[in-house]
Amino acid sequence: MTASFDPPLEHAPVSRLNGRTAFIVVMLATLALLPVYTTLTGDSFVMTLFTRVLILALGAVSLNLIMGYGGMVSFGHAAYLGIGGYAVGILAKEGIGSGFVQWPVAIAVSALYALVVGVLSLRTRGVYFIMITLAFAQMIYYVAIGLERYGGDDGLTIYQRSGFGGLIDLNNKTVFYYLCFALLMAGIYLVSRLINSRFGLVIRGTRSNERRMRAIGFPTFRYKLVCFVIAGALCGLAGALLANHTSFISPALMHWTRSGDLIVMVVLGGLGSLFGPLIGAVAFLLLEEVLSRVTEYPDLILGPVLLLVAIYLHGGIEGLLQWRRHD
Amino acid sequence: MTSPLLQIDRLTRRFGGVIAADAITLDIPPGEFHAVIGPNGAGKTTLVGLLAGEVAPQEGAIRFERSDITRLPVYRRSRLGLARSFQISSLFSDFTALENVALATQAHRGHSFRFWRDARREAALHKPAQAALARVGLAARAHVRVDRMSHGERRQLEIAMALATTPRMLLLDEPMAGMGPEESAQMVATLRQLKGTMTILLIEHDMDAVFALADRITVLVYGRVIASGRPAAIKADAAVRQAYLGEKESSGHD
Repeated sequence: MTASFDPPLEHAPVSRLNGRTAFIVVMLATLALLPVYTTLTGDSFVMTLFTRVLILALGAVSLNLIMGYGGMVSFGHAAYLGIGGYAVGILAKEGIGSGFVQWPVAIAVSALYALVVGVLSLRTRGVYFIMITLAFAQMIYYVAIGLERYGGDDGLTIYQRSGFGGLIDLNNKTVFYYLCFALLMAGIYLVSRLINSRFGLVIRGTRSNERRMRAIGFPTFRYKLVCFVIAGALCGLAGALLANHTSFISPALMHWTRSGDLIVMVVLGGLGSLFGPLIGAVAFLLLEEVLSRVTEYPDLILGPVLLLVAIYLHGGIEGLLQWRRHD
Repeated sequence: MTSPLLQIDRLTRRFGGVIAADAITLDIPPGEFHAVIGPNGAGKTTLVGLLAGEVAPQEGAIRFERSDITRLPVYRRSRLGLARSFQISSLFSDFTALENVALATQAHRGHSFRFWRDARREAALHKPAQAALARVGLAARAHVRVDRMSHGERRQLEIAMALATTPRMLLLDEPMAGMGPEESAQMVATLRQLKGTMTILLIEHDMDAVFALADRITVLVYGRVIASGRPAAIKADAAVRQAYLGEKESSGHD
């Protein structure tokens, strides 16, 4: 058996007790208990780092939906982080501080952007699709630079986090951490339902063999488009979270290298696996953090590591965990 | 006289200077098992593409149940009941056999904008899929992933996929392609069972199969219909013998 690039069509989450399940459970438990560690030690740095991990993991979950399950390699996914972030930042600057307004706007504008990009890009495949998504993201990037009122190139500080009328206080770092954790879990659950539904099977079938899908009677384009919009909305939410996390937005939020980072997280964790994006985000951001402390050139080490994963680990880290089952 | 289910009217397609389909005219009445044969380069593949909707004709028309489908996209033709199989197995290789066929069933059970319920627990999708697998002798292989199936099994699955869309007409593109004698015999048995239950247009290289199964045969040479009729008449046709059968006999193979 050679390793297959295509993720197997299997049910997830699995209840079987194996290395992979155990690993995921331990990882989730660790993430859930992280604030306790922070409270005990007073070391808030770890929680700040992991809040970021959770948020970017949500972005990676979104990307995995279209890329891992749908075969749509979007190289402009950071645009949604930017749009979600700027929705929060711009509204905050204009005096609208309510999260009940900011977040739905962040999600809606991201979905709308995805709709436009999707309509124009989803009839193309492969490298053309990649280029179009990248081109749109670059456009949005330069639009953000042009927004003088909102800081232009320098970015914009958000003086007040999204307010939820006393319901949740995002200024409390622990509360915010758990909110991100809950939203990430909800995102993963949403994807798990989606991919096993009729809709999800159409998406996965289309990735596997679009020609055949049309031949058996599916208008594949509209399904891909809806999937693309759902993913955009989800990543827009991650953008809103990110703006609240850093209290700052700038065009750098959607630099094309950010889109690359998201792709790396998804591939590193395991394309088309439910928890892969989270595993990938943890691995990538931790590696980046650790390497940047020991060397001035973290990319010099990160690059070869990714190369090895791409060459030898087609299922990513998640695939490695269940590798033993195949042999 | 019953009106034809499929009417091909002066259908023409050129690729550069080559005429792959040259004013092809052909009527297929409901229930008929019709075969199209022809030497390599006769335009058989183009004809399949034209009928399935993957290739657009420059002239001519295709009518299915008397409505014009010449410009209809591929998926709409499938919806109307014109199902096809592929010459080179075109399946979802990372799905099981049942999942493949269930997806074909799903395509004809309303829209698929259903986001929440687990589709693989829906009996409404699985029962017809299982039935389609049984018709091609794959019932016991339902839960095997396609990339672990043999060539012959995949060819049978091709047929099951088409059957699962509950078609009025089957368009079979060389179902025996690449098969050994044993697998071919099995395919002939499958097709013989289907014969009479629906209209079938079989594009095939395998002469024995064609003459054993077809009610009528059309011979295509350089994109043109040179003969069309009952198997006995085709065998006796001088032009056919010269253009195709004779050539085949002298060279031993195509």
